[in-house]
This record gives sequence, C-alpha cells and structure tokens, in this order.
Amino acid sequence: MRTNKKARALGRFLVVAVVECVLVTGVAAFAGTVHAAEEEKGGGLGSDWATSRANTDVDNKASLQRGARNFANYCLGCHSLKYERWSRMAKDLEIPEDLLQKDIMPPGDKPAQYVLTSMPATDAEAWFGKAPPDLSLIARSRGTNYIYQIFTTYYVDPTRPTGANNLRLPAIAMPAVLSELEGLKRPVYKNVETRGPDGKVSTEQVFDHFEMIAPGRLSTAEYEAFVRDTVNFLDYVGEPTQSARRSLGIWVVLFLLVFTWLAWLMKKEFWKDVH
Amino acid sequence: MAATQESSGAQPEKKGFLGWLNKRLPVDEFVKTQLTGYYAPKNFNIWYFFGSLALLVLVMQLVTGIFLTMFYKPGELTSFDSVEYIMREVDSGWLIRYLHSTGASAFFIVVYLHMFRALLYGSYKPPRELLWIFGMLVYLALMAEAFMGYVLPWGNMSFWGAQVIVNLFGTIPAIGPPLVEWIRGDYGIADATLNRFFALHVVAIPLGLLLLVVLHLVALRQTGSNNPDGVEIKKNLGPNGHPVDGIPFHPYYTVKDIFGVGVFFILFTIIVFFVPTFGGLFLEGPNFDPANPMSTPEHIAPVWYFTPYYAILRAVPDQRMGALLMGLSVVLFLFLPWLDRSPVKSMRYRGPISRVMLGLFVVSFISLGYLGLEPPSGLYTVLARVFAVIYFAFFLGMPFYSRASFDRTKPVPDRVVFNAH
Repeated sequence: MRTNKKARALGRFLVVAVVECVLVTGVAAFAGTVHAAEEEKGGGLGSDWATSRANTDVDNKASLQRGARNFANYCLGCHSLKYERWSRMAKDLEIPEDLLQKDIMPPGDKPAQYVLTSMPATDAEAWFGKAPPDLSLIARSRGTNYIYQIFTTYYVDPTRPTGANNLRLPAIAMPAVLSELEGLKRPVYKNVETRGPDGKVSTEQVFDHFEMIAPGRLSTAEYEAFVRDTVNFLDYVGEPTQSARRSLGIWVVLFLLVFTWLAWLMKKEFWKDVH
Repeated sequence: MAATQESSGAQPEKKGFLGWLNKRLPVDEFVKTQLTGYYAPKNFNIWYFFGSLALLVLVMQLVTGIFLTMFYKPGELTSFDSVEYIMREVDSGWLIRYLHSTGASAFFIVVYLHMFRALLYGSYKPPRELLWIFGMLVYLALMAEAFMGYVLPWGNMSFWGAQVIVNLFGTIPAIGPPLVEWIRGDYGIADATLNRFFALHVVAIPLGLLLLVVLHLVALRQTGSNNPDGVEIKKNLGPNGHPVDGIPFHPYYTVKDIFGVGVFFILFTIIVFFVPTFGGLFLEGPNFDPANPMSTPEHIAPVWYFTPYYAILRAVPDQRMGALLMGLSVVLFLFLPWLDRSPVKSMRYRGPISRVMLGLFVVSFISLGYLGLEPPSGLYTVLARVFAVIYFAFFLGMPFYSRASFDRTKPVPDRVVFNAH
C-alpha cells in the first residue's frame, strides 16, 4: 500500500512535471506572440492589470510547495498565518518533516506551532503605520486575483515613504519587498480628453502601461509564476481542507445519485396502485 | 387478575413489548391517525415537496448546530477564532459548518418555494387561515434565527449587518433609541450583543420554532392538505369513509418524499462540497475579516434572503417610513386569507388578472432581491421603487382584483385532476 501510494505520488509528480514543462514552453511561446501583438495595439506590461487573473490550482502540490517556500522567505518576516500549524502545512503539502525543518521553518520553531512572524506588532505599527495583517484568510476575504494584482502592480513612486506605490491598492503601506525579483517599474501615462458636464474639455492622465527601469533577478514570466505559486499557497491556507472537500464530494454525490434512483424506483412501485 | 384479561372487543390486542408499550403510549394510534390513516390528495405535484424538505432542513440545522456549539465559543475575542478552529482543526468541522451555513440558505429557498405554492393554489384560504398564520410565524421566527446566527461568526459583515438591522428599531418613535440600547445590551454592537444573540439563536428561538412547526402540522392534520386544484377532497367520501381522491400519507407520500429528499440532497451537497460560498451569496468575502468597529465594509448588504425587504427599505427616501414599509412588506403576508376575495382557490381556475398579478409579484420579489444585493445607484433606486410599488399593489389591490366580478373565474371540477403514471 505504502509503496503503491509513493509510486502514485511519483507518477503524479512526473505527469505534472511533464505537463508543466510542455505548458510553460507553450505558454511562453504563446505569450511571446500575444505580447508582440499587444505591443502593436498599444498595450504593454501591466496594461491589463485590472482584469488579470491569478489562475491558480490548489491541487497542484508542487506549486503549493514552492509557494510555502516563497512565503517563508519573503512574507513571514512581517506576516503571520496564525490559524495554520507548520505540521499541518507539511502534511497537506507533502513536505517531508526534515525538509520542512531545514528549509522552511525558522530555526527555533516547533512543527506543532502556528506559523507566526517574529516581528513584534507594536514595532511594526511604529515602522509601517499599521501592523501587517495576518494572511490566513486573505485569499478568502479578498480573493486570489486581488493578491495577484497587488504583486504585479507595484511601481516606483518617490513621493511615498517606502518609495513604492501600487495600482491595486493606492498608497499601500507595504514596501515593494519583491522588487529584487521583479525589478523596478515606472508607470507610463497617456492623456485622455474628457468632456465635463459643463461642456469643458479637460485632459486627464490615465495609466497606460509599465516600463521596466531596472530588471530584477527574474524575467517577467518567471516573476508571474513566482507570484502565482505564492497566491496559490495563500489560497490553500485560506481553506486547508478544500482539496479533501472536493474529493469527498464526488463520492457523496455519486452515492446520492444511486440512492435517488432507487428511491424513484420504489416510489414508482408503490404508486402503481394509485389510479 | 380478572380486570386485565377483559378484552376491549373489536380490535385484536397486540402481545409482547408492543402490546405493553401501546397500553402506556398511543404509538399505534399516532401512526394511524397521523400517517397511515391521514389521507392526502393524490394529485400533489412538484410544489408539494417543499414542506417535508423544510422539516428535513430544520432537523439538519438542529443536529449540525448541536455539534457546532460543542466547539464554538461566543465572545468578541473568541468567536472568530473558534469558527476558524472548527474549519481547520476539528475533525470534519468544516463539513458540519458548511452544512449549517448552506443549510441556512437552503432553508429560505425551500420556505420561499413552499410559500409560493400556497400563493399559487390558494392554500391560505378558508379553512386554512390558521395553518397559514402558523406558517408565517415560522417564517418570522426563521428570519430572527437566521439574522442572529449570521452575527455569531463575528466577521466584519456580521458586525456591520447587525449594526444596520438593530438600528432599524431606532426609527420607532419615542422608544426607539432606548429600545436599541436594550436589544444590544451596550452602546454599540458588542460582546453583550453577541452573547445574547447566541443564547437566543441556540435556545430561545429554536424552541419557539419547534412549537410553531408542531402547531403548523397539527393545523394541517385538522383541515387536511389543499391541492393544485383547490378542491376539498373531504367533500367526496367513499364507502369506507375516506376521501375518494385521497391516499394514505404513508406509504404513498413518504416514499415520494424520500425521492424528493434525494434530489434535494444532490443539489445541496453539490453546493456544500464544490461551491460552499456560492460566489459570496451564502458566505460573503468580507465576513472572513474579523469584526472591526473601525473599518466599515465598502458595501453593506444582508444575506440574499433578506435583500428583497432591504431593497424596499432603501427605496424609500425617509428612513422611518422605509423601516415601516419594510416591516409592512413582511407582515402583509399574514393578511392574505382576508385580502383574497376570489371564490376560487387555485390559480388553475382563476382569471388572467390574478395570474398576471402573481407573476408580477414573483418578478418584483426576485428583482428586489437582486437590487438589495447591489450598491444603490440612480437607475437601481428607480427600479427598486417601481418593484416596491408592484409588491404592495399585489397585496393591497387584491381585495379588488381578486373578486369574481372583476376577474372572471373558470368552473372548478368536483374531483381533483389526476393522471396515473
């Protein structure tokens, strides 16, 4: 049974890996052509940010594992997941305990403990103006697209105390912690003429697209995949049982279909004598 | 002893445990009068599933509720955390919680369809006025139960929803403000409010609800069920003394209802297991943020089952008038037996005006429900006013448009229409 399970896990991993390789190259090639086409239409990096979607898959264990690593490396310094235990995460995401302790958990934490930041809330409030929120339920309250859009619309803004601003959440208190990976972006505006109710024509500056002013360590596609994995992980943390919920649901509904069919036959049999 | 050996005559007495039991508890008599000897019309259609389904959902809410109270901890510091504890760390806690939260919405869906059936076939008309009134009281108790239950997870929408709804009582002249304070037990929605809502939600209202459901069923047994033709089956008795168009509730309607239960559970479990938030309609996104008196959600709306009334409230420019009309829009249902002057029960034999009015009423109820979910805007407010006028016209115009002299009725058959299949 155990080896069988391992073999299946390995098989699943191989399938996922192959599919991912094919998809990534395919998507990259496709994205290239789409990107080129968009450039011609006057689009560009981030021009579609308001409708961009996270497109995460919470059943993709590899993506969740990468997301957990990303969270531990880039988010845990300030943000907690106060309802999630390390051990629960390791079990759900199939992370071996030794790997968990070596690579993901901060030294000194125990697996049964909740995922808590070591930054004191009072200090955080003094430094950022507001304590960074707990992220256990952020994917449930705001949705995955919202988080994805936050992390793809940071831009350089010298007027802000952190030097960074955000299209999704203007005047965001959080600094652009991923700029090292993403690079630094500058917004490019276009002039749009609008006619007011009094008939006067006024020109307004509207965001058009981003321009990369200093590339980061990751390409745009790599960075988007990084954000996607992290958002996927937060989606999992929002409801750790969701994969189990769906897989149990299939059996429940199948059982009920059979039950209802039998109930229908019984009803028909009894009602034969009603004229 | 001689006395105990005397047989009562006609009926053969049961021996053994059942005989012993029946001497002390009228088990057989109950089954006979309430199930096997209760004759229901044989022409029930799909609309007649929702009464038994409402009972099923009530039982499900009671059972899942009992398990939830084992882990839920009322209190402004503990409520939100304990719900997440149930969702994450209690074995199958997520399932119990989703059954309960989806069950709340399912309860209203089933009850609204059950009420529509009564409007469609005139089930509130004499001799079933009390049956209808008990049913409406069940509905009112259910609204209170659902509202207080919604506050318990202590999410931000729980908090602000409670704020809006409780403040409605403040519009009552003179006693309003102190009344609101008395309901809350504090100067704002606070720990005291949460704890009393918990007490009311798990003890007081369920007890009242159960009593009203029993009265509803007893009244139903007294008058007998109406049916899609609106014909009184008791007027046509066969030689055995039973209605010729009636069939014993058990086994015929018990087996039929079991099938209905199956279909209901298929739809219900698809929601529970695959879309438990139902796109934010059954569980709202802002309610996954803990209650925060310092941060108002962008847009406050009650859960979908209250939104028709909420839309009426918002459609009226004056707040006090709005609250009054909202209360009236719920209470008007109680007066239906006396507002309806038609000599005919079922829509099958009523004229076109009654049918069109019922259709318009359904359209405005659903439209108001949609508008109540959306933020108010110019066009939406106008639409809400139009639909609110139609809503009230359905009730207040009924004494006029339902008269046979105005809305020509068709002849009602003596027997129910039934095609055996």
